[in-house]
Amino acid sequence: MRKLIFIGLIVALCWFAADCAHAADLNLPKDAVAGQPLSIGTSGTGTLYLIGPGQVIKREFKSGGNIEIKGEELRSAGRWIAIARGDVRQSQIFWVKPGKPENLNFLARPSRVPVARPNVITGVAFIFDKYQNLILDPTPVNFNLAVGGTGSSKTVTSRDGIAWTNSASAPKAGAAQFVASVGGTQVRRVVQQVAADPCNLRMHVAGRANNNVVIETDPIRDCSGNPVPDGTIVSFIQTDRSGRSTVDSRIKKGIARAELPVSDNATITVAAGVVLGNELHVGGKQ
Amino acid sequence: MGRILAVIFAVLTVGLIAIGTVHGSRNAQASTPEGAVQAMFGNAKGHDWNGAYSYVASSSNVDQGGFIRDLTGRNGSLRTYSQLDSVNTRVLHESDTEATVRTELKYATAVGVSFDTRDLKVVKEDGAWKVQWPAEKEVHVPPQVIPVNYLRWDIVWRGAGDDWGAQNVENPNCRILSMNAVERDGGLIIMGEVENEDTVPAFITVGAVLTDNAGKDVAEESSFDKISHVLLPKEVSPYRIDFPGIKKSDVKSVRMTHDWMLVPASADPVIGVLHQRIEKDITGRTVLKGELLNESGTTVNIPHVLATFYDNGGKVIWVSDAYSDHALLPQTPQPFSVALRDDLAANVHTYRVTVNHYSREN
Repeated sequence: MRKLIFIGLIVALCWFAADCAHAADLNLPKDAVAGQPLSIGTSGTGTLYLIGPGQVIKREFKSGGNIEIKGEELRSAGRWIAIARGDVRQSQIFWVKPGKPENLNFLARPSRVPVARPNVITGVAFIFDKYQNLILDPTPVNFNLAVGGTGSSKTVTSRDGIAWTNSASAPKAGAAQFVASVGGTQVRRVVQQVAADPCNLRMHVAGRANNNVVIETDPIRDCSGNPVPDGTIVSFIQTDRSGRSTVDSRIKKGIARAELPVSDNATITVAAGVVLGNELHVGGKQ
Repeated sequence: MGRILAVIFAVLTVGLIAIGTVHGSRNAQASTPEGAVQAMFGNAKGHDWNGAYSYVASSSNVDQGGFIRDLTGRNGSLRTYSQLDSVNTRVLHESDTEATVRTELKYATAVGVSFDTRDLKVVKEDGAWKVQWPAEKEVHVPPQVIPVNYLRWDIVWRGAGDDWGAQNVENPNCRILSMNAVERDGGLIIMGEVENEDTVPAFITVGAVLTDNAGKDVAEESSFDKISHVLLPKEVSPYRIDFPGIKKSDVKSVRMTHDWMLVPASADPVIGVLHQRIEKDITGRTVLKGELLNESGTTVNIPHVLATFYDNGGKVIWVSDAYSDHALLPQTPQPFSVALRDDLAANVHTYRVTVNHYSREN
């Protein structure tokens, strides 16, 4: 019985030793990086298959020596399997890390936003290496939002390959440059910051033309002082004995202008959207 | 035998032609004022302009070309896309030599039925009744240069070559300002106003889904043409959605649906709405009347008037629309009329008129 146990132990030891000896046939590096050369030590003769995410590499090897994989061949980060067939039949798993940050996908929303609104602009950056492998290691990303040379900057460390930020819109209208950068890579988006609702809408009588009275607004601005864009509708409403007359005028060169019928006693009001302006009495008594 | 048959057929042919000629003529003298109006419009409906014009009194002072243009429309107006469908007449007053005939003309147009009611004066000339046609004054805009430098918004959309993170231009921000559901004539009507709050033009559609007491969707409808679909920045439009045959008591809730899209648009033309007033028309119905003035330099072929009526609390109580069958020539006032429900007229505290425009050049 003792002999039998002894023989069994010897067999198990030999098996383990043989297995260890075979494992040494493929020498895979522990810190493979996508886009960087890889050297794999082998022994014997055979074929090596490297199977990774969406990619397969095949190499013949003879009498040992190292197999060199070029950087541009090893494109995919993730879980790889190395399979050797020939004198030895063996497989091993190894991991390839993403390379250094070289690509950014940057989502900036919205593309157009009223001025002076808190937390309305969001930016999300996805960090990739040269071969579009998402870099999962924490990486600092700089977000810069500027309009007319002034703006704010913030550095955010990515988590699971994603960095995001949100920001208020500036009080000044214009095309804001929203830039995300990591390392030497930067991506630019434009966020149009537009004037908000008109503020302190005022009009006055500008004269007469073609038997009409010409009403003109002062330059129309929002509460931050930005000119309301041309083309915005401004409604003039005149009420007198003959009824109501309305003109939906468009802001042109910063002001809106309308010609209304002459009346001996009329009240004129002005509005842009839901914002009301001053009231004028023309003709009879003021 | 063959020769006899040939003669018979020849005689038959000549006879039928003669009968057809006699019966085909609708230009017999009218013996009644109503008959004259009916015969004139009957010929016009059949595009027999010579026949129609023969019922026009010489005192009308209108040439045949002007008469035809009055009936068929000018300047690419809605009337040019319409067909006279039926004519109803009623004599209001008649003497030995003249009469007044109320004539309701029903046109089939590209945008639905259009009615035109006129009180026509009919006079006796040479023993026959003839219509004194009220010739439309043909407006000729004097040659001039009208400087227009209004804005136009063009859009560059994201292209196929842009990376997937590149943002597209944002759709405009619009808002439904109000919604009022009322039951009228056995149907449910949902109306209110919508505003483009953005700084870019918007193409908008507003709809509603009705849910019954069991929580099931029972009807879905959109405002179709009871809305201004293209809204410039800060422009407000009324909308009205009709659900015929649905009672308010059968509806538990209304879910508003909308779609705002960024579209290229022009800020031109500006159309003024002058001298608006609520009054009765010749048939006694309440209407909102006024004049449209095209302040731009191009002709607006089909103006579409939308009127919003508010009660004294500022609530939208009715939305009404009308297509004008006359084109808007530059700088030329053109009357319009929009129907208002008689039962609501007393509740109307104020109103607002907006104008949609359709031009052939666009």
